Amino acid sequence: MSILHESSLVIYSKVFRLCGANSEYGWPLATDPPMSSDELIWRIAGGSGDGIDSTSQNFAKALMRSGLDVFTHRHYPSRIRGGHTYVEIRAADHEVQSRGDGYNFLLSLGDSFARNPQEEAYYGNEEIKPLSENLDDLREGGIIVYDEGLIGEDDIEAIDLEARAEENNWHVFPMDLRGLAREHGREVMRNTAGVGVTAALLDMDLEHIEDLMADAMGGDVLESNLEILHEAYETTREEYEFEHDLRVPEGTHDTEQALLSGSNAIAYGAIDAGCRFISGYPMTPWTDVFTILSQNFPDMGGISEQVEDEIAAAALAVGASHAGVKAMSGSSGGGFALMSEPLGLAEMTETPVVLIEAMRAGPSTGMPTKPEQADLEHVLYTSQGDSQRVVFAPGNIEEAYEQTRLAFDIAWDYQIPAIIIYDQKLSGENTNVDVEFFDREVSPDLGSTLTEDELREAAHDNSGKFKRFNYEDAENGVASRSIPGQKGGRYLATGNEHSPVGHISEDPDNRVAQMDRRLEKLESIREELDEERESTQTYFGDETAEYGIITWGSSQGAVEEAIERLNANGHSVKGLSVSDMMPFPENEVTEFLESVDEALVVEMNATAQFRGLLQKELGRFGEKLTSLLKYNGNPFEPAEIVEGYEVNLADEDREPTAQVRIEPAAGD
Amino acid sequence: MSAFNAIGEEREIDRDEFTPGVEPQPTWCPGCGDFGVLKSLKQALPEVGKTPEEVLTVTGIGCSGKLNSYLDTYGFHTIHGRSLPVARAAKLANTDLEVIAAGGDGDGYGIGGNHFVHTARENHDMTYIVFNNEIFGLTKGQTSPTSPKGHKSKTQPSGSAKTPIRPLSQSLTSGASYIARTAAVNPNQAKEIIAEAIEHDGFAHVDFLTQCPTWNKDARQYVPYIDVQESDDYDFDVTDRQEAAEMMHETEDVLNEGTVLTGRYYVDEDRPSYQEEKAAVGELPEEPLAERYFDDDAEWERSYDLLERHT
Repeated sequence: MSILHESSLVIYSKVFRLCGANSEYGWPLATDPPMSSDELIWRIAGGSGDGIDSTSQNFAKALMRSGLDVFTHRHYPSRIRGGHTYVEIRAADHEVQSRGDGYNFLLSLGDSFARNPQEEAYYGNEEIKPLSENLDDLREGGIIVYDEGLIGEDDIEAIDLEARAEENNWHVFPMDLRGLAREHGREVMRNTAGVGVTAALLDMDLEHIEDLMADAMGGDVLESNLEILHEAYETTREEYEFEHDLRVPEGTHDTEQALLSGSNAIAYGAIDAGCRFISGYPMTPWTDVFTILSQNFPDMGGISEQVEDEIAAAALAVGASHAGVKAMSGSSGGGFALMSEPLGLAEMTETPVVLIEAMRAGPSTGMPTKPEQADLEHVLYTSQGDSQRVVFAPGNIEEAYEQTRLAFDIAWDYQIPAIIIYDQKLSGENTNVDVEFFDREVSPDLGSTLTEDELREAAHDNSGKFKRFNYEDAENGVASRSIPGQKGGRYLATGNEHSPVGHISEDPDNRVAQMDRRLEKLESIREELDEERESTQTYFGDETAEYGIITWGSSQGAVEEAIERLNANGHSVKGLSVSDMMPFPENEVTEFLESVDEALVVEMNATAQFRGLLQKELGRFGEKLTSLLKYNGNPFEPAEIVEGYEVNLADEDREPTAQVRIEPAAGD
Repeated sequence: MSAFNAIGEEREIDRDEFTPGVEPQPTWCPGCGDFGVLKSLKQALPEVGKTPEEVLTVTGIGCSGKLNSYLDTYGFHTIHGRSLPVARAAKLANTDLEVIAAGGDGDGYGIGGNHFVHTARENHDMTYIVFNNEIFGLTKGQTSPTSPKGHKSKTQPSGSAKTPIRPLSQSLTSGASYIARTAAVNPNQAKEIIAEAIEHDGFAHVDFLTQCPTWNKDARQYVPYIDVQESDDYDFDVTDRQEAAEMMHETEDVLNEGTVLTGRYYVDEDRPSYQEEKAAVGELPEEPLAERYFDDDAEWERSYDLLERHT
């Protein structure tokens, strides 16, 4: 049976070539993304619960195995069944740091859980969304494959696909993917049919896709899927002479690659740091890390606890750490809010602990599945009293791994809570990393913790209590700790201000000595980060440039790519992506800002929180710092940053065409 | 070899060992029931063979939270309502530790109520002592979750419109496997119950009536008290959930009428502790996890060995 509907050829034949700009927002050609065919950005769209995510993961892996670098971007609603969702996979023969701009291949599978269309419904017409919602971002000359088994002719007419395709030079392939899946197996296998059509249209070998299917399934299911894959592939190739230029890029890797998400990297960093205790409560997007560790810890002699709320989750991590294990917890914004008190307790009792905070759009429940970087101030300052914590914001997968390990090292060396702040974007995006990157030793060391032998030599009071909080002998502000059950180590840990043996104390001299000692740890940590470790800040662009772009966390990749593009287009720009949020890398950022006349601060929130932090920490540069803010629930694309730069530089009354906001520098 | 040699140490234990060498005198008001809890712990711990450094006493906030300032063990004075999650994690991290949690009625039944329900439900192997004085003491006398209906305070000037919580019944429904009530004015029974609670494998909940002579003057001193096991007026089987439930209900009803019933209410020796349940599904290591961090020969699994699934 042919899976081609007869009208497909009609639409296809009507396609004619239009030259000129096609940009999502219509800004000038100079800032448009390169239209080279050296990259594929494949978007698979459908409804939640239709297997979009797993299909895309396998496809991404197949592309990686074929020798390409890949980067994925996931967009989904806070809903289990139905609702517009897509995953983009960008694949190229060179390194890819971001989702890129727009995309060039749409596989629209239809939403099998779509709600019935209704006049003025808040959710719109869900049946057509897997197609209609994606058209704005599709590049000129792009390919559309849609499942006409689920998307009807009326709907196609309603969105005027034909005219838009003509205008944008799109190549449209209606295919009865559902029918094909039904014929050879079950309806859910229409994703496989879509992958087969994709491979045929891109001239892509099926070998890696078949291997991955064989890894994931067996028996009749595998057989049916393979049959569907081949049928879709062959039919497409037989029925069409392709006029489109897009082909799958070719590439090679020198070393074996692994496809990982930011959540994988954080979880693996924790494993290699010797963490074997996690407590948590489910919340998107933090749940990923919690799940990964919960599934792995039992086989590693570790402990995972799902508990009644996030107050308990953080309190458990503190309790486990107090009793001698490397422990962590984490949550997203709302759950992290509940952790404020145990976090403060860890600060006051100097209990090492690692917390992670996976940001999503707020305030309150906000947009649960959409990325934002608006919890920075929350994470830096939540909990009463003066903050005494360490906060890292990794910018990509490798940094997520490295900085998680660093957080554990510092937390246990300095007996201080360390927090990894990341977001829904970094949490869910997959990219390829050298397998060898992970070939490291585990560091289970408990840092400044004494053994019983060492405790015998340590200072005690007259009654034999260990001077756990001894400011007289402290080094870098750190007083060594004991663990319950050790001989000669008993003391009281308390959230009250306390004396060297831990007894509650409101003596002014003791108070100042203890507070100063705790704060000295932050200075010592800064010193260690500056002098003994490789910088966790990332620099890119033209070192001699007088214009800078500065960012933090997961916006790093898009900024890096924007800077590359600007410099390729004759501008001179340098970039800095900051990871150390607290203690702040004052020297590095000062040096960077002194070296430029002006800087654009790029972040995903509405109130320029990171710019505020820069100014608070550095006490100057306000007149140099313009903000580029995005908070519509989608991460930055490089072109939006390029445009922001140009609008800002042009110094005229021009508004960005992208859904971003420019917040002028102080005094501007 | 263990890194925690205070645990399981066989030696004579002097009860004075639990009295701090420096500043042993609690700051509680004269006549406070909290002294009764401290005293019964100091008696019970040596009796069950525990030394100060194998015990972790985890407290909440309030007058009762100061318990571990005056009981010389490893102590963790945590935050209001959160002693239980801290305590149960310490027990999971080192299953050989003796873990005792304590706090007031506001701490445990009010702000920490969620943790109380879930810790009982899971049956963590630990002792939980609630200093129940039917009032908020350290904040100067506000109505608490156990204050009787009609109780007047600065924050309930017309008398509380709320019926008090039923701590024993709630404990039973939640899943605690040892439930008792004792009173500061009944030191012998208190010591025995605390000792039993410590030795019980599972969540042992002791509702400890501690009179507050300063802020709850109109309340009873919890005398005369009646031991439901010793009194001929009461006859029920502490291992029978139904009978226990009825006895608890009656005990909670009559307290506010002036009859102070105390004793053991429910004992289930058969229910496995959470530690046992978790070990049975393969999610708790055989050796205490904390030991591993001090074992130089321990082997640590690497993320590198997990990468196959990603290639």
